[in-house]
Order: sequence, then structure tokens, then C-alpha cells
Amino acid sequence: MQKNKARSRFIVACVAPATILAFIFLVIPTFNVFRMSLFRWGGYSPNQQFVGLDNFITLMKDENFFRSCRNSILLIVLVTAVTLFFSLLFASILTREKLKGQNFFRVIFYIPNILSVVVISAIFSAIYDANNGLLNSILGLFRGDKDPIYWMGDQKLVIYSLAIAMVWQAIGYYMVMYMASMSSIPESLYESANLEGASRITQFFSITLPLIWTNIRTTLTFFIISNINMSFLFVKAMTNGGPDGATEVFLSYMYKQAYTNSTYGYGMAIGVVVFTFSFALAAIVNKVTKRDPLEF
Amino acid sequence: MNTKQKTAGEKSDTLIKAIIYIVLCMLAVAIIIPVAWVFMASVKQNSEFYGNPFTLPQGIHLQNFVDAWTKARMGDYFMTSVMVTAVALAILLLVALPAAYVLSRYKFFGSKLINGGFMAGLFINVNYIVVPIFLMFVSGDRILNNLFGHSFFLNNPFVVSVVLASTTLPFTIYLLSGYLATLPKDYEEAAYVDGAGYFTTMVRIILPMAKPSIITVILFEFLAYWNEYIISMTMLTDPNGARTLPVGLLNLMKAQNAKAEYGQMYAGLVLVMVPTLILYMCVQKKLTQGMTLGGLKG
Repeated sequence: MQKNKARSRFIVACVAPATILAFIFLVIPTFNVFRMSLFRWGGYSPNQQFVGLDNFITLMKDENFFRSCRNSILLIVLVTAVTLFFSLLFASILTREKLKGQNFFRVIFYIPNILSVVVISAIFSAIYDANNGLLNSILGLFRGDKDPIYWMGDQKLVIYSLAIAMVWQAIGYYMVMYMASMSSIPESLYESANLEGASRITQFFSITLPLIWTNIRTTLTFFIISNINMSFLFVKAMTNGGPDGATEVFLSYMYKQAYTNSTYGYGMAIGVVVFTFSFALAAIVNKVTKRDPLEF
Repeated sequence: MNTKQKTAGEKSDTLIKAIIYIVLCMLAVAIIIPVAWVFMASVKQNSEFYGNPFTLPQGIHLQNFVDAWTKARMGDYFMTSVMVTAVALAILLLVALPAAYVLSRYKFFGSKLINGGFMAGLFINVNYIVVPIFLMFVSGDRILNNLFGHSFFLNNPFVVSVVLASTTLPFTIYLLSGYLATLPKDYEEAAYVDGAGYFTTMVRIILPMAKPSIITVILFEFLAYWNEYIISMTMLTDPNGARTLPVGLLNLMKAQNAKAEYGQMYAGLVLVMVPTLILYMCVQKKLTQGMTLGGLKG
């Protein structure tokens, strides 16, 4: 009996602090996101008015919200596709080929992942600067002294400039993930393929890709969720949604409505929609990419 | 050595190899040049920022760092960042280690529910809930102001640490319990036979064995806390008050257009980057060392 009591006391002492902190800073705020989406509230004033689904109805007519949807979806698709291509390419090069300085390349490629988004934004602001930027001064060698390209100022270009920065940041991370699963593929499979004269590209598509498919599926879910979050961080640091809303994405629009505009209820309604959207998209992608797992 | 045997097609591969090297070098250059450029820019004088960005600095203008440290208050921000990161890591380990240990190795009433709760917590991203947390602090401060006449929650770096630690709890507990669950039960049984209490068993026996996973958590969360800026930007609102380094830099970048203090800004960027880069380089070494050691043993 005595021992049982000591055991319970120990369990409570260990688990209670973590549970309480998680409850206060994760459970209650998440619950509040959903609850506040049903209210009209200025935030600083204590009067909250229950408006039911009004916020969601307004949202369906909000042209700016749809613009942020388009930007977000464009970034999700574009950044995922380009990052996936490059990280798979470099992962298979670094695991399959016998090269000098393999370790060096792996170390370098991962560096963007350890830098703060603020640093990356500053770096890319310097690269994209219209007058004294790194990119324009290199392009100037070929283009001569024509008008500078406004990478961050042109409403049509700016979203692609943002996408490049996001790809630059993400390649190393996913490459390391793919390298881990590629290196577990037995060498003998490639040896027999070599004997039969299969080219590198055939080998990649008929051996590597099918065998790491489970891993790719997992990372696709990662891609969707992290793209929504990373695009927010990048937009907040680089463009703040500008010029003129051309780079507004899901969460930056939510933050703007809730925090800057002080229409908290409306902002949280956006949060609820985005949250649901990201899970639905992840579930759909997961379903569509389902294949029977291959074993080696 | 079967793998080193030269196959017939290998000679015609020279061209492909060359292309592969060029592609690899292109990406490496695309990463090294911008990062190195920031280091170069941080020792340039302000007048050197007009014109070709690739010109080498005329001299090592270290005044930028002095100005950034004192005039742009990067020194204060640096200290705040160090404090926020250290306190958050301390809270995280103090809270998450016992919880992960008990949740992964004890069965008790409600253990399934709490485990499931932390798993669900993995899906809550802090960007969604930063505004409700902020509002919670606003109303908390209002109550405190009415009762005691001063506020506590907002503009308090310690509170930022608590929020950072709390929001990373699910991931940390997930990572630690995954590792702790693999340790054999015999260790605890032996400890009980020797008369050790629950607490002693955890601190003396289990936690030392969990060292590799603890180090992983520290490295990972150090980078996350050091580089984080959404929470600190939202919770530290006073322009003259405490700020973390990334938030201070962000403000400097926004003000940069008006004042054109490029040198200070790039010096500030170097201050943010250097700790993470140094840590990364050290970990690289440790990783390769660990790999060779493991190889010798095996």
C-alpha cells in the first residue's frame, strides 16, 4: 500500500507539470481559435458578440482571402514540386555516386536549414535588390544596362522570388531525409541492375523511387503543412504581404486580420478554415499516393 | 572489394561524372556565396554599398559591429536571446524528461489519454495559436494591473521562454519517449531490488542512459529557439523593452530603407548566424567521430 502511494505521487509529480503547461499554452488557445471564430470581437474591449457563422459567410465573399488562397496554393504546389525534384536528385547523387567531397557537399547543403528565416530573408533581400542586388549585377553582365528587374517590387514576379527563397531553404532538409532512406537500399540491387546495363535514370525510377515511396509520401504531408507555416514566416520577414497584397498567404492574412486589424473573430475564422484545409489536403494527397509498400 | 571493381561502362561515365560535379558545385556555390557575402558586407563601410555588390571591402571596418552592438542595441538583444534560449531549454528539459520517462514506461489511470493528447499536440502549430496566447496575456495583464498596478505577462522574456518551452513539449516528449521506451525494463527492477526509490532510479539510472536523445533534443530546440521570431515578436511589444535578436534585426531591416545603415544590419546578421554555424560545425565533427567509434566497436 505504502509503495503504491509513493508510485502515484511520483507519477503525478512527473506528468503534472508538462500536462498543465501543455493544457494552458496548447489546448486552451486551440479551443479559443475555434470558439472565437464564432464571435465578433475587437480584442482589447471585453465585449464579445456571438455572431454564429457570420465570420465564415463574410470570409466566403472576401476577395483578399481568395487572393491569399491562390498565393498559398501556388506556393505549396510550386515549392513542393521544385524542392522534391532537387532534393531527390541531390540525395541520389550523394548516395549512389562515388564522389570526392561527398561529406563536404552534404554539410554545405544543409546550412540553409540552420539559419533563421530572418537571416534568409535579409540575404534574399540583398540578392533581389533592384539597384545594387547580387542577382541584377550578375544578370547585368548579360543584359547590359537595361532597366533593372524588380524582383521584389513587381507584383507578378514577387511570388516566384519568394518561392526561390523557400526552395533554397528546404532542399537540404529533405535531401538528408531522402538520403537516410536511400542508403538503406541494399547495394546488390544496383549491382545486378548495372550488370544488365540499366542506366542511372532507369535505376532511379525502377529501384530507388519505388523503394523510398513510403518515405516520399510522409514528406508530402510534411511539405503541405510546413509550406503553409514557412510561407507565413517568409512573408512576414520579407514582404509583409506586399506589394499591394501580391504575396499575402493564408496565415499572414490571418495574422494581419487578427493582430494588426484587431478583428480577432474574423482572423480566427480564417485560422479554422486554413487548419481544416491543410488537413483535408494532406488526407487527399495521402490517399492518392497510396501504393502497396514494396519490400527489399 | 567488389564495389570498387571497375565495370565496363565506367570509362564513358567520365562525362556524366563531370556534369554531376558541376551540378553539385552550382548548388554549393548558390549556398556559400550569399552566406559568405553577408560576412563580407558586415565589414564594409556604408559608402561601399552603392555600386557593384561583389567588390571586396576596402578594409576591415569593424566599427559596424561596435555600432550594431551599442547604437542598434544588438548587444541587449543578443543577451535577451541567450537568456530566452537558455531558460526555455532548461524549462523544457526539466518538464519534458520526467514526463517522457513516466509516459513511456509506466501504465496508470489516464496514461493512454495523456499520451494521445501529446500525440495530437504534434499537429498544433504555434502560428495558429499565437494570437489567442497573446490575448490570454492581454487579459491576464489587465487583471494584474487592476489588482497590483503592474503587468507581468507581456514584454517579459521569461514568459516568452515558458511559451516556447510549452509549445515544443509534444515534439520533445514524442522524441524522448520513443528512445526511452527501447531501454530494457531490467534496469528499473535491478534498482528497486537495490532499494532505490522512483526518483533516484530516474535520475541516476535512466536519464544517463538517455543522453544521446537528450543531446538531440538540445541541439534541435536550441536552433528552434534561437531562430524563432513569431512568438517573441508578438509577446515583446515594447519598442524600448527587451527583444530577441531576430526581432531586433527584423526592425532594423524595416528601418534600413530610411536610414541606410547597411553595415550595422549585416553585422547584426553575422551575430545571429555565428552561434548556429559554430554549433553546426561542432555537431558535424561529433557526428563523424561517433560514427567512426561505433565502427571500431562493431
